[in-house]
Amino acid sequence: MHHTLVALVEDKPGVLNRVANLFRRRAFNIESLTVGRTAEPGVSRMTVVIDSDQVSAHRVTAYLYKLVNVLQVEDLDGVPSVARDLALVKVAVAGHDRANLLRVVDETRAHIVDTGEQTMTLEITGEPPHVDAVIARLAPLGIIEMVRTGQVAMRRGDTAFSAVMHT
Amino acid sequence: MYTTHVTLSDMSIQRTGAQIIWECLGREGVRTVFGYPGGAILPAYDAMLDFPIRHVLVRHEQGASHMADGYARASGEVGVAIATSGPGATNLVTGIATAQMDSSPIVCITGQVPGKLIGYDAFQETDICGITLPITKHNYLVTRVEDITPAIKEAFHLAKSGRPGPVLVDITKDAQQASMEWEWDDRPVKMRGYRPTGVALKSELQAAADLIRASRKPVILAGQGVMQSGAMKELRAFAELVDVPVALTLLGLGGFPASHPLSIGMMGMHGESWVNHAIQEADLLLAFGMRFDDRVTGNTKTYGVNAKKIHIDIDPSELNKNIPADVAIVGDLRDTLRDLLDILEPAKHRQWLKYIASMKGDTAVRDIQALPDNGHLYAAHVINDIWRITEGKAIVVTDVGQHQMWEAQYYKHETPRSLITSGGLGTMGFALPAAIGAKMARPDTEVWAIVGDGGFQMTQAELCTAAQENVKVNVAIINNGFLGMVRQWQEFFYERRYAATPLRSPDFVKLADAHGLLGLRVDKRSDVSAIVQRARDAEGTVVVDFRVEQEDSVYPMVPAGADLHAMIRRPEPSVLVETAEDSM
Repeated sequence: MHHTLVALVEDKPGVLNRVANLFRRRAFNIESLTVGRTAEPGVSRMTVVIDSDQVSAHRVTAYLYKLVNVLQVEDLDGVPSVARDLALVKVAVAGHDRANLLRVVDETRAHIVDTGEQTMTLEITGEPPHVDAVIARLAPLGIIEMVRTGQVAMRRGDTAFSAVMHT
Repeated sequence: MYTTHVTLSDMSIQRTGAQIIWECLGREGVRTVFGYPGGAILPAYDAMLDFPIRHVLVRHEQGASHMADGYARASGEVGVAIATSGPGATNLVTGIATAQMDSSPIVCITGQVPGKLIGYDAFQETDICGITLPITKHNYLVTRVEDITPAIKEAFHLAKSGRPGPVLVDITKDAQQASMEWEWDDRPVKMRGYRPTGVALKSELQAAADLIRASRKPVILAGQGVMQSGAMKELRAFAELVDVPVALTLLGLGGFPASHPLSIGMMGMHGESWVNHAIQEADLLLAFGMRFDDRVTGNTKTYGVNAKKIHIDIDPSELNKNIPADVAIVGDLRDTLRDLLDILEPAKHRQWLKYIASMKGDTAVRDIQALPDNGHLYAAHVINDIWRITEGKAIVVTDVGQHQMWEAQYYKHETPRSLITSGGLGTMGFALPAAIGAKMARPDTEVWAIVGDGGFQMTQAELCTAAQENVKVNVAIINNGFLGMVRQWQEFFYERRYAATPLRSPDFVKLADAHGLLGLRVDKRSDVSAIVQRARDAEGTVVVDFRVEQEDSVYPMVPAGADLHAMIRRPEPSVLVETAEDSM
């Protein structure tokens, strides 16, 4: 079962290492891990997707809180949330497949972000299952190269998740 | 000898990073450090001579981290170890991991190669922050002189608050050499992401009280958290108010007086049989500052299945980790017990206590103390005699193995911090250096290191540290010529195939003598008392070589992963006497 955890962490050297090491040491499987800035200087936001049951997710949350540089953790399981994944896919453009490829692009709301003589690069954004589905349709056409960002996620509605000061 | 040219000052003044280290340590109350000098920490050592600090020169940095640990466990204060970069730092690792597993507050300060050389594989460079990341509560790499003070202040705050643990501060040589206008900032440490304690909710306390009121067969499981939160009085008041027997973990021994009528003894793999049976038959387990280690539970699927569980711990990650709790409370144990005492009504559990007492009778006939003197010296005799002669008032520091379990069974601990032992990591070589550290922390208390012949040889070089520092530790080597606990497992589970467990030792009496220390030998039960007394009376560290029965085993024993009630018991006395004679 997949769990999406969001962590606000201090933007300091080695913090990504501490978080990644925690998952390795406690033998949890990371499906994806993304990290980037937030609106608040000095605070980064991580989205971690792990393969675990509910009990393990509770443990992960507790362990994350033990890291001194982790400010706030939210488990998005069962919480209405928006999740997005982005993929760049370079596909072969052999003559007779071109029309087929353009039809897939059109039907899946993929964007053509670059074209070469032999290839075309597509950007696919959406919920991870959507990205999976588009990639599955592109696969028979010949994927030359691919990269995915991993999932980012945010709670829906007016509730904001921020690093409040704890004393 | 330790003259002070520079006094701890409150004024802003020019200081090097090296001086700032000692300014900070002094203000954190540190008077003794355990360490070993080397290139990258030399500026700090040079500055040390100007500060009122006692430095204990160890023979191996592992000794420094164990001594800091022993110091911390004996005193409740933070122990400090100091080492150079590279091998100096990596040699600390076993002691750091030991402190981490047993939640012992130590701060390790290591020198690091100059900042501009980091990442270039410089001489004696190692990524000690990377190496210790999973075995410290937190660690710091300090590359600027301005960052030394906050790092050390935070290190001490982290080490001793919440669930204590080791913190490492790695300081580059150039940061030690640089200077700055320095001023001590005595405001309390504030860290955004660090919340060391929780407070129990009223609803949780009420739920716990309801379970306690409904229980007919409750057992308290008390761990080291009792001592770390200073909850000895509250635990006693709690147990007496609701009339509940108290079982202790290995690290919990001393948190509740062994002589108290409600004390039933140690639980777990080598716990007393009646304790393990009581746990398995209980209808309520009250886990106070303990973490359901696998040595305590045996098979978790069959552990305490008839019991509701109330688990109180300061570390939220321990709750529902190994054993699910019906009521899980995050909080300081002393505060939480006080809150509970406010809402609990007195109770009596006479039948239950009587039943547990009746189970003790079965064990008494198997007790090795009850056997007639057949000429053999058993470790249990030695330890029991040390307990009797020291009136249970010594600090005993053990190593790891059979002697450790016999100590737990035969030395009755009445007071907190009187047993210091490596429980979680099970670190052989811990006893001698940790005992030296403990004696430094509490010089007025008698300290015994009880150690096997295997573990002693791992860190025996620290005998020379004890001699140089003129520290009096009484070392009892339980010498059976085997790596005893491993031999026992080979006997029980590997058809007596003694792979690599027979062990030759040096002449320990001569070894002591070579250090200018008194060495004594005992091989008869009748000599134990007199020699123990002679060791106590002698000046300086004394080594006593107790030549005990070679193939004795620790009973009872729950095989690893077996059900807690499925204990291997000591054979009946008749069988035992025969076996002893056979092996003569």
